Amino acid sequence: MRIALFVTCVNDAFYPATGIAVTRVLRRLGHDVDFPAGQTCCGQMHANTGYAAQAVPIAEQFARTFGDYDAIVAPSGSCVAMIREQYPRLIPSAAPVAARTYELSELLLDVLGVEDVGARFAHRVTYHPTCHGLRALRLGDRPLRLLRAVRDIDLVELPGAEECCGFGGTFAVKNPEVSAAILADKCIAVATTGADVVAAADNSCLAHIGGGLSRRRSGTRPLHYAEILAS
Amino acid sequence: MTGDFRPAAAVALGNPQLRTNLRHATHTIRDKRLHAVGELPDWERLREAGRAIKADVRRRLPELLEQFEQRATAAGATVHWARDAAEAGRIVAELTRAAGATEVVKVKSMATQEIELNEHLAEQGITAYETDLAELIVQLADDRPSHILVPAIHYNRAQIREIFARELDDPPAGLTDDPAALAEAARLHLRARFLSAKVAVSGANFAIADTGSLVVVESEGNGRMCLTLPDTLISVVGVEKILPAATDLEVFLQLLPRSSTGERMNPYTSIWTGVTPGDGPQHVHIVLLDNGRSDVLADPVGRQALACIRCSACLNVCPVYERTGGHAYGSVYPGPIGAILAPQLAPGRHESLPYASTLCGACYDACPVKIDIPQVLVHLRQRSPHPAGERTAMTVLARLMSNPRRWRRSLRAARAGGRVVAAVTRRPALRRLPGPGKAWTDSRDAPLPAPETFRQWWSRTDGGRR
Repeated sequence: MRIALFVTCVNDAFYPATGIAVTRVLRRLGHDVDFPAGQTCCGQMHANTGYAAQAVPIAEQFARTFGDYDAIVAPSGSCVAMIREQYPRLIPSAAPVAARTYELSELLLDVLGVEDVGARFAHRVTYHPTCHGLRALRLGDRPLRLLRAVRDIDLVELPGAEECCGFGGTFAVKNPEVSAAILADKCIAVATTGADVVAAADNSCLAHIGGGLSRRRSGTRPLHYAEILAS
Repeated sequence: MTGDFRPAAAVALGNPQLRTNLRHATHTIRDKRLHAVGELPDWERLREAGRAIKADVRRRLPELLEQFEQRATAAGATVHWARDAAEAGRIVAELTRAAGATEVVKVKSMATQEIELNEHLAEQGITAYETDLAELIVQLADDRPSHILVPAIHYNRAQIREIFARELDDPPAGLTDDPAALAEAARLHLRARFLSAKVAVSGANFAIADTGSLVVVESEGNGRMCLTLPDTLISVVGVEKILPAATDLEVFLQLLPRSSTGERMNPYTSIWTGVTPGDGPQHVHIVLLDNGRSDVLADPVGRQALACIRCSACLNVCPVYERTGGHAYGSVYPGPIGAILAPQLAPGRHESLPYASTLCGACYDACPVKIDIPQVLVHLRQRSPHPAGERTAMTVLARLMSNPRRWRRSLRAARAGGRVVAAVTRRPALRRLPGPGKAWTDSRDAPLPAPETFRQWWSRTDGGRR
């Protein structure tokens, strides 16, 4: 099976460690993974902010780049949701490649049938299920099943876990006061867990949550769950 | 343009009492709903049935409306058609005057709020008295409702006691903030109105095409009083309220109470068909209201908003509504459903509302008729006016992202910029950004581009093989 990594634009520029982690996990499990250099972005920010017409050439670039692969994996629930939900409406010819695009936990559990990736992580971790992973992709407890299989991990439940963190893409800057109010409650919830790490399947949400935590001088650091699986 | 919602939301966020009231109320109803919904093993099939019936209604609305008119007329009702708010207001005022009345008692109704009927009647010298407890509180306080189902959700009981003590003609001596005492004060106040009113005005939750019946679902019995005591009953009904058959109520009378109040069954369900001689109102009028609905129906994506049964489950689960309350939306319909309904019913107004959402999807999951609110929000954002600077930035960025070579160069530039900033600030994150970035760093630190992009790591290490 030919697997391609769609690292996403945010991870490429800001969080390369997440892409490295996905590569390492898949290699460790004996799967090769390609990184097609033509990849750019999924176009989510454009489409969701009201610029769907500008998102079309970005989506076409994605379809051109990944069209030949059996499976495409991305460490981002919201980018995969953009591709699977909106591509078929934006460019119908991209529907097949969109259907073969998976969030990391979907690829590991549903396609490769692996729950224990052989990781060890001796820290207290709380998991925030990001909205698009939870309610658009219906990831359910897939990321948590992978995390529960990690050795030495102390996984603690996040109160109000299923509530949005207030990021919402450009919502964070278009309605910054409301976004900050929602974030404040999420930061309080994270603090009650006493976790060393707040993990999630989306580094954009984690940039928002982590930015709020570091502003509060919290000791909890944000980390994409792929990096825990790679440890 | 964004602008309307943001400043209004900021005002609401600055009110800590409001934040506390809203958080308590929304979480209470949210939990009750989850419990009530969890009791039904076929909840998802009920939702699907509700969605399908409403989709069928949209497909054959003209035919169903004509059938409704014919059956209701045959049963002794008079059916009026109102194109817009002004026409509906004129019809209700004329009917009230014809009945020789200068006062009407009202059953809680979103359609009459939407067309500002009370204000219109006041201009014609007719006083409208709200009889729903929460609507009464809001009317006494000279305020606006902030929730579809719980219009006074922004008040706690101490505030309500204060409003009653100040505004009621004859407040009971020593009124406390005990809910039973507050309800009794309202009951005594309203009883006189019910007994003297000649005209009642209502909306309807459902209009049944195959019988010509109207249905009102309520919790307090004030509706039953209004619907049975006065001699003249005028019901203002949005054209989308049609259901094909009385048997369809089986679905909706399960969906609505569990979604709205988290109850298995609502306390009062009134169903009436035209006039029953010698029993109840002898003059029954029905005003079928368009007010923009035909235009909404013409939009293939947006039209699903017309399926709304006004349960307000979406408000109670919305992270934005929970923090801002309903007034910030500046619309009779607040929350997620308001953000898709208000801009469609009144094009050109409420243009900031489609952006008043994180697209978290909790509303879609809670909706009893499966309105894909996030999809409609994104759809409406496409036709919202965009700020010029944002449009330029988005267009430039899209051009870079559509071309791998240009995108690689942009990434290199961003990384170089990040290195410079990191060297100057000696921090891994930014605490203060200028310009549009300020909206981010006002409340959170911002990440810097990594010293090495992922694609550089990939080519340097041959994808980690070296």
